[in-house]
Amino acid sequence: MSTQTTSSASAPIESIARARRWPQEVNILLVLLGIALLFELLGWFIQGQSFLFNYNRLQIMILQVAVIGIIAVGVTQVIITGGIDLSSGSVVAATAMIAASFAQSSDWARVIYPSLTDLPFFVPLAVGLGVGLIAGITNGALIAYTKIPPFIATLGMMVSARGISRWYTNGNPVSGFTDDFVLIGDGLGRWMPVVIFLAVALIFHIALRYTRYGKFTYAIGANQQAARVSGINIERHLVKVYAIAGLLAGLAGVVAIARIKTAQAGMGMMYELDAIAAAVIGGVSLAGGQGKITGAVIGALILGVMISGFTFLRVDAYYQDIIKGGIIVAAVVVDQYRQRRRKKS
Amino acid sequence: MAAQAAVSPQTMRAVRHSGAVPSSEFLLEIEGVRKEFPGVVALDDIRFTLKRGTVHALMGENGAGKSTLMKIIAGIYQPDAGSIKLKGLGIRLESPLDALENGIAMIHQELNLMSFMTVAENIWIRREPLNRLGLVDHARMHRMTQELFDRLNIDLDPDAEIGSLSVANRQMVEIAKAVSYESDVLIMDEPTSALTEREVAHLFQIIRDLRAQGIGIIYITHKMNELFEIADEFSVFRDGRFIATQPASAVTRDDIIKMMVGREITQMFPKEDVPIGEVVLSVKGLTLGSRFRDVSFDLRAGEILGVAGLVGSGRSNVAETLFGVTPATAGSIEVFGKQVTISSPYKALLLGMAFLTEDRKDTGCFLSLDVQENMQMAVLHENFVRAGFVSESAIATACEDMCGKLRVKTPGLGERIENLSGGNQQKVLVGRWLLTQPKILILDEPTRGIDVGAKAEIHRLVTELARTGVAVLMISSEMPEVLGMSDRIMVMHEGRVTGILDRSEADQVKIMDLAAK
Repeated sequence: MSTQTTSSASAPIESIARARRWPQEVNILLVLLGIALLFELLGWFIQGQSFLFNYNRLQIMILQVAVIGIIAVGVTQVIITGGIDLSSGSVVAATAMIAASFAQSSDWARVIYPSLTDLPFFVPLAVGLGVGLIAGITNGALIAYTKIPPFIATLGMMVSARGISRWYTNGNPVSGFTDDFVLIGDGLGRWMPVVIFLAVALIFHIALRYTRYGKFTYAIGANQQAARVSGINIERHLVKVYAIAGLLAGLAGVVAIARIKTAQAGMGMMYELDAIAAAVIGGVSLAGGQGKITGAVIGALILGVMISGFTFLRVDAYYQDIIKGGIIVAAVVVDQYRQRRRKKS
Repeated sequence: MAAQAAVSPQTMRAVRHSGAVPSSEFLLEIEGVRKEFPGVVALDDIRFTLKRGTVHALMGENGAGKSTLMKIIAGIYQPDAGSIKLKGLGIRLESPLDALENGIAMIHQELNLMSFMTVAENIWIRREPLNRLGLVDHARMHRMTQELFDRLNIDLDPDAEIGSLSVANRQMVEIAKAVSYESDVLIMDEPTSALTEREVAHLFQIIRDLRAQGIGIIYITHKMNELFEIADEFSVFRDGRFIATQPASAVTRDDIIKMMVGREITQMFPKEDVPIGEVVLSVKGLTLGSRFRDVSFDLRAGEILGVAGLVGSGRSNVAETLFGVTPATAGSIEVFGKQVTISSPYKALLLGMAFLTEDRKDTGCFLSLDVQENMQMAVLHENFVRAGFVSESAIATACEDMCGKLRVKTPGLGERIENLSGGNQQKVLVGRWLLTQPKILILDEPTRGIDVGAKAEIHRLVTELARTGVAVLMISSEMPEVLGMSDRIMVMHEGRVTGILDRSEADQVKIMDLAAK
């Protein structure tokens, strides 16, 4: 047999010709552009005006995307590990209520903590991030160490965090924020939430691509057993990932109240599902191990364009939801189809 | 290609139900069956016959093709060539249900019962007796089950939940279920592997009763003494080929072992004598619950210690325990003379150990990731990372060099590993561990399911590593590989070490003797 016949010491990789694969995110971007152009056309035909070239509409659309987008960046990482986070919407509400109580101005009539008014903006911001972090760590620890399914752990958090947001002020809204704090949602000519969203997306895009944290995140989602045998501490890493998801939900809560200038216990309803939908539409596989932040960002934009487009065309809100549901399901069907085709090849 | 005269399962069923069952001495006659899987010929030109009212044992090493043949008979696989005759009539079986309805039932090693349902529900699933309203008639189902159990002398409550039964009792339920299909052919795949002696005796009694009723039983086993106790005939398979069928009364244990292993080592293994150094791994009394007990051995630098034994003998469990995947419940491990506790793979990694797992798909590859990502995963704990950031260019260079050294055939480092052949996947995984520059390398079936060329390259590589002073523990089911590569061979049987043979004294018969006690 071949003992040592052809051992050219260190040959380069033996190549097999193969066409370069088209990055999946490009397809999703094309879908986004296609949808935008469709609305543009429909706009001229039906409304007699442009859909895209309208500064106000564009700004409102992107601002709506920003909050969901920040959550989606965290949820994407959770989904890449093969998990799910249902608690984000409730965590948004809980952090919003608690952070709001530290963001009030002394000239507001009904303040929660009269001795804690006019605090600098970073105090409520830190409080919000802290609350989100605690929720995330709780999720992660439950999942990693008690081995309960992520669905159940985060379902529990979803219910509890919503309860906390109601209990905190007995269901009363909190308003009267300092000018300082409001800038988090209103600064830079109202573009601040978008800047925060893009910064967060960039940071975690880099983290997933270029750091060990990212490599391990994909590894756990791709094959947890293999990851364990490769010496990865699965438990510790899962806590990190869920903690980040919680932290980002907290940030989203702070940004949301700074923008709308009031915090309510009922806010953030269904945000978790919008964030998951954004990730899934963006090609993040629910099976784990695959997906990119860029995909989730585009996915969030697709959702935003659709909602904004339907509103622009005066499509009834009920129809909007019906169509949105269909799109989410279609995205997963496409994902499944892709998985199956890959297995066959 | 497949038998032209084959009748469809539907016709066969109609014939069976009309009562006009053609009489034939043989329940099953199999001729020239061939089955290929990508890259491997699992079965080639197989003959096999099963007579009415006999127990026919199937013997052979791991990978001899026994299970594949049984899966063909049970309709799970379809043969690429050859004919199958059931009671003298050619037949094509297209699914397990086909086989079942034609009177062929298989009792799998891993029992296929639904644990939250009752015994009776499991037996009559899909065939539940219905009352006039079309609802399940539980009373009648209970009665039918009781009658079945009476016939088989099984003492079980038809309404018990499967989950509450012991493995032995679940097996009884499986057998009863098979019999309830009025099966003529019953396939049992190592049915005694999880049974106590008393349970085995009961099982054998049931088998004898069934035999007396004219049922033919195909009995796969690795245990020689069972063969002589229960089998009328036996067939030996080796490397996917049929070797012989003989009456069990005509042979001795040694004859069978020779038939099972009787092959020359035709492949060349580039084993070199390299200087053997200090003891680097010393294991004493290592135990993991009931999986294996009291395993002790020393492993020296430059040495290749082969581990032989049948599937289920605890070989892989020992490897997993050494690497911290399933920490030991008792015993001690010394690495470089220092007593250590290996509670996780990470700890093992820090001690200079590396572990190529047995199952490439389940515990090896990250299928959705690319070649480089697969290769770099174990080395990122220590090297190529600064402040959390992976040094992409350095690691890519290292991976590229490793791919060159191992002659991995891939379009590039960015190719998904699932698009590579099995042999190349395996090389990538070997590369994963070589990047960590291990001192102790544990290989579990390093060449399983890969082609001959890749096999030889992995052998060459292991030998080279041994020469550089790496201590290698190599588990393998392939006799020639173990004999060709190892300095010493440790043989395991039912969770215990039954012997450690030196290279000079080891041969296939001695190993098989220790492995199949």
